[in-house]
Amino acid sequence: MLKVHRDICGYCGCCVSVCKEGALELIDAYLEVGPGCTDCGVCAKACPVGALEVGRE
Amino acid sequence: MKKHYDLLIIGGGPAGAIAARTAAKAGLSACIVEKRPAIGAPVRCAEGIGIESLAEFVKPDPCFISAEMQRAAIVAPDGTTMILDSESAGGKVGYVLDRKVFDRELVWQAAEAGADVAVKTRASAPIMNDGKVCGATLEFCGTKTDVMADVVVAADGVESKFSKWCGIDTTVPLREIMSSAQYIVTDIDIDPHCTVFCLGNNVAPQGYLWVFPKGDRTANVGIGISGMKSGTGHRAKDYLDRYMAAKFPNGKTIEWIVGGVSVCRPLACTVTDGLIITGDAARVVDPLTGGGIYNAMYTGDLAAKVAIDAIEKGDTSKSALMPYDRQWRESKMGQTIERNYHIKEYMINLTDAKLNAIIQTATSINLKEFSTLQLAKELVKRDPKLLLELAVLKGHIK
Repeated sequence: MLKVHRDICGYCGCCVSVCKEGALELIDAYLEVGPGCTDCGVCAKACPVGALEVGRE
Repeated sequence: MKKHYDLLIIGGGPAGAIAARTAAKAGLSACIVEKRPAIGAPVRCAEGIGIESLAEFVKPDPCFISAEMQRAAIVAPDGTTMILDSESAGGKVGYVLDRKVFDRELVWQAAEAGADVAVKTRASAPIMNDGKVCGATLEFCGTKTDVMADVVVAADGVESKFSKWCGIDTTVPLREIMSSAQYIVTDIDIDPHCTVFCLGNNVAPQGYLWVFPKGDRTANVGIGISGMKSGTGHRAKDYLDRYMAAKFPNGKTIEWIVGGVSVCRPLACTVTDGLIITGDAARVVDPLTGGGIYNAMYTGDLAAKVAIDAIEKGDTSKSALMPYDRQWRESKMGQTIERNYHIKEYMINLTDAKLNAIIQTATSINLKEFSTLQLAKELVKRDPKLLLELAVLKGHIK
C-alpha cells in the first residue's frame, strides 16, 4: 500500500506522470491514490522530495 | 457556464489559455477549466523563454518579465565555464518570466476575447459517445456538471489525466522524467543577465542544475535529474541542497518548488475523436532544455486553429483533427524536439571527463548566434574526432 507523507509532498504531479496504472491523481493540493496501485514503486523513485513510500507490511 | 461549448479546454496554463484566446477571437465559444483555485499558482517552472518565442504569442510586458537575459554560461563538471554571448537582438536573448503574472495575463486575454473561465473546477471524467470524446464531467465544490463540446482540448500539464481516461497512454518512462526541485533564492551574488547551466554526474545526473536570474540579487536555483537516478538520499532536492550549501550558503529561500518535466518523445498520436492534446500533456517539452512554455503556446494555438476548421466543416473525428498532429510534427518546433531528443540521448551518456573535454574545446568558440544547433556545429568543427562520436547525430545537426 502506497503511503503518501503529506507533510513532505509538494503536490507537483511528477509521480502522476510516471504511473503506468493511472492510479495517482493530483486534485489541487491533494495526491489521491486510487485502487489501481500495484505498489510498483516507480512513483516513489521519481519523487523529487521523497514523499512516497511503498508499504513494508 | 454553458451546457455546450465549441471548445472545452482542460487546464489554464499557457497551452489552454492560448487555445481559448485563439478560438474566442475567431468567434467560437470556449471555456477554460482550471482545477486549481488560482491561475498561475503554484509555479512549476524555471520560467525561461527566448525573446522571439515569447513575442510570437504575446507582447512582452514588464509586468510579467522578471529579468532580461543577455548570455548563458555552461559549467562543466570540473568548473570550466563556457559563456554563450549574443550579438544579435541588441544583446538580448531571452527572458525569465514571472509565471504567476504571465499565466494570468494569458487567461485575461482569453477572457477578454470572450472565453469563459472556471477555476477550482476539475474535469473528473470525459463524456464519451461511441468512442468519441463529447465533453467532460466538471466538479466544483462537490457539484458535478456535464458540459458538452465539439472539441475537447487536453492542456492539463505534466500530471495530465484526461487523455489517459480517453484511452491514450501518456505514461512518461521513469528514465525520461526529470525529477525537479527549485528554490527562489534572494540576497545572492549573481550575474543578473546570465543564465547558468551546470552539468555533471555528481551535480545533476542525466539532467542539469540551473541558476536563472529573477532580478539583481534573486534567482530561480533549480535542478532536474533523471527519475532513474533518483532515490533515497540522492533525490533532486538532495542535490539542490548540496549546491545551495556550497554556492549560496547565505541565500534566503523565498519559494520552494518541486515538479516533473518530461524529456521523452511526444505522444505517438496527439488527437483522437473529439480530443486534441497540447503542451506538457502531449509531452512536447524540448527534451534537451526542458523548456515547454513556447511549445505549449504553439500547440495550444494550433489546436484551436485546427478545431475551428473542423467545427466549421462539421467533422471533429480523429481524421479531421489529424492536421494538428501532422502540422506540429512538421513545424520548426516538432523538428527541434526530434533533433534535441537525439542530442539529449547522446549527452546523458557522457562521462564527466568527456563533458569536461567538450566544454574546454567549446570555450574557445565565439558563437555569434545563441543556439544549441550552432554550438553543436562549432564543436564538430573544432574537434573532428567528436564527429565520429556524433555520427549518430550527424543527420540531425546538419
